[in-house]
Amino acid sequence: MAIGLHDSDFKNPVIRWVDQRMPIFTMMQKEYGTFPTPRNFNYFWNFGALAMVNLMIMIATGIFLAMHYTPHTSYAFDSVERIMRDVNFGWLIRYVHMNGASMFFIVVFIHIWRGMYYGSYKAPRELLWMLGVVIFLLMMATAFMGYVLPWGQMSFWGATVITNLFSAFPFVGDWIVTLLWGGFSVDNPTLNRFFSLHYLLPFVIVGVVFLHVVALHITGSNNPLGVEPKGPQDTLPFHPYYTAKDSFGLVIYFIVFAGFVFFAPNFLGHPDNYIPADPLVTPAHIVPEWYFLPFYAILRAVPDKLGGVLLMFGSILVLFVLPWLDGSPVRSMRFRPVARIAFLLWTVCFFVLMYCGGMPAEEPYVTVSRIATAYYFGYFLVILPLLARLEKPLPLPESIARAVLGGGGPMPAGAAAKPMDKA
Amino acid sequence: MFRTTLGAFALIGGLLATSPARAAGEAIAIPNHPFSFDGVFGTYDRASAQRGFQVYKEVCANCHAMRLLSYRNLRELGLTDQQVAAIASQVQVQDGPNDEGQMFERPGRPSDRFRSPFPNQQAARAANNGAYPVDLSVIAKARNGGADYLYALLTGYADPPPGVTMGEGMNYNRYFPGHQIAMGNPLNPDQVEFADGTPGTVENMARDVATFLQWAAEPELEQRRAMGVKIIIFLTILGGLAYAVKRKVWADVH
Ligand code: HEC
Ligand code: HEM
Repeated sequence: MAIGLHDSDFKNPVIRWVDQRMPIFTMMQKEYGTFPTPRNFNYFWNFGALAMVNLMIMIATGIFLAMHYTPHTSYAFDSVERIMRDVNFGWLIRYVHMNGASMFFIVVFIHIWRGMYYGSYKAPRELLWMLGVVIFLLMMATAFMGYVLPWGQMSFWGATVITNLFSAFPFVGDWIVTLLWGGFSVDNPTLNRFFSLHYLLPFVIVGVVFLHVVALHITGSNNPLGVEPKGPQDTLPFHPYYTAKDSFGLVIYFIVFAGFVFFAPNFLGHPDNYIPADPLVTPAHIVPEWYFLPFYAILRAVPDKLGGVLLMFGSILVLFVLPWLDGSPVRSMRFRPVARIAFLLWTVCFFVLMYCGGMPAEEPYVTVSRIATAYYFGYFLVILPLLARLEKPLPLPESIARAVLGGGGPMPAGAAAKPMDKA
Repeated sequence: MFRTTLGAFALIGGLLATSPARAAGEAIAIPNHPFSFDGVFGTYDRASAQRGFQVYKEVCANCHAMRLLSYRNLRELGLTDQQVAAIASQVQVQDGPNDEGQMFERPGRPSDRFRSPFPNQQAARAANNGAYPVDLSVIAKARNGGADYLYALLTGYADPPPGVTMGEGMNYNRYFPGHQIAMGNPLNPDQVEFADGTPGTVENMARDVATFLQWAAEPELEQRRAMGVKIIIFLTILGGLAYAVKRKVWADVH
């Protein structure tokens, strides 16, 4: 790369002046304008963009909440209610933040599911996938600490139960717990450090999301067929095709989001969190937020504390090695008749675990959780490696264009050329 | 393609409908009571909420605080500034220190928080056989069933069924988890005399105080729903436009 002014294509003198010195406009044009994108995305490919928007909503609302929130055990609960009552549109900001966390997990669960169904984690996108798992872990930590902030009964007891899990680790366990608590029980120092970290981690997420997108723009996107684009006839410029499609998806997402915020803002929450935290009164059932329930069920499925903790963390860490567990060269489940069924069954198990996680730790839920947990791991550790050898995949289409546009022969000239002109 | 997305939403919707987080807990079915604020377009019946405040003030406030509310909030129930000032001035609140460094008592002002019946939790317990009369500010959000539960609780006192032994100072209630509650039946017929002629039946008082407590917990409810309706209409139109644009843009590729 030569040193000196960048050779900019922009005509507007101001943009050109900036672009010559710092070619961010060229970069944006390349990455979001002309960026060649498989022409056959379905609506599952909206969820990455939705997650990005959701993250920005969380940060924007969070910053305004933090202006009015008081991270002290004696004032936290009342300060949140003050936001609800006395801050202009405070109820709106808080309900958007609160339900935004749930929307974030809905969106990201679907986004991850999409990646698993269409084999997006396979070479060459392993690092992209792993960065996604890092984002997921950071999100979970952020949401967990955020839920502690309003200092209701579930905040307090959820924090107590979850931080206590770390004590299961031999040698370092108690030390870690004391470090998390900043003392010898969940108390004001805990609330203070959780608030500080809850403010910090979303910005770490922004950083990892950036890397995630950088990696994406090196490999390009996967697509529902799982076959790589072979030339311009297989792709479309991102703009206007996918900007238009994402915009539509975004509006649908906002409608669902608004449905929760305006008409059922506490539906996904637990009523006990409107009872101020009381270390002397243990709630009848301590349940985490709905998005943690599958993992909570795995934790409780194991009779041994350390085993449960390891399995719970393992259920997410196993995603890191998924690209190497699944050795099949065929990405999309559309062409893997057996793996497809095995994966749909895995999806059912995920929901079964979510259900059991919200139930008391008694029969039949314990046995059901155990079976579902076994299958959860069995799918990754046994079924996928075996199927990579045994399964006979269906014939793959020759190219994306062939599959989408049908028939043989080359692309009609107009269809491929026109979008390029526009861009 | 669109079907798959809808399918995904339907799946999530179905999942939420059986929302496990709320399934956990004591399984006493709470009957549905019709309230003015039910449904998507419901609003608070102001007259009912005002009567409910009277019930709270004359009965519940002897034991239960509502520390998150101020007298000025009562204007939202349709009380005039004069009425609110009069209500506030009925209580004495501690203020200070004054220029001499002394704390002093003065009549309440609209900007004061509702005065609590007890100075602290210990005093409240001491006066109630060790049981704690909870703060009622957000009680409607803090119980499964919300206002329906409050109504059921207040109308649910009964003689214990044969064979049930009650604890010392406990009262049988059909809807309280465990059925043994330390609060004695607070509402008896004609305990409160309503100025508007509404008969002082237990059902009327229970409905009115439940309405008042629901308002206290969610004073933003009406504004929230009204805004929500506008936003959903706006988004639906925007969604139609976005879909049309998308169709137009994609028209030449398939
Ligand atoms: C004589 C004092 C007293 C009065 C008057 C009183 N309560 Fe209570 N209330 C209590 C006590 C004590 C408890 C705690 C009961 C327990 O935990 O078993 C309680 C508990 C409650 C609860 C919580 C039940 C639960 O689910 O935990 C509600 C709601 C309630 N009262 C509403 C009211 C309302 C509404 C009124 C007025 C109509 C009222 N109370 C009048 C003493 C009182
Ligand atoms: C990854 C993004 C984020 C997630 C998933 C998240 C999640 C949450 C959750 C689940 C709650 C509890 C809501 C409740 O029940 O009341 C919460 C509260 C809170 N969050 Fe966040 N948050 C995020 C970003 C932020 C940011 C960037 C800030 C500050 C700049 C912030 C500030 C707050 C504050 C002050 C509260 C307490 C007020 C309240 O409970 O409503 N959040 N967050």
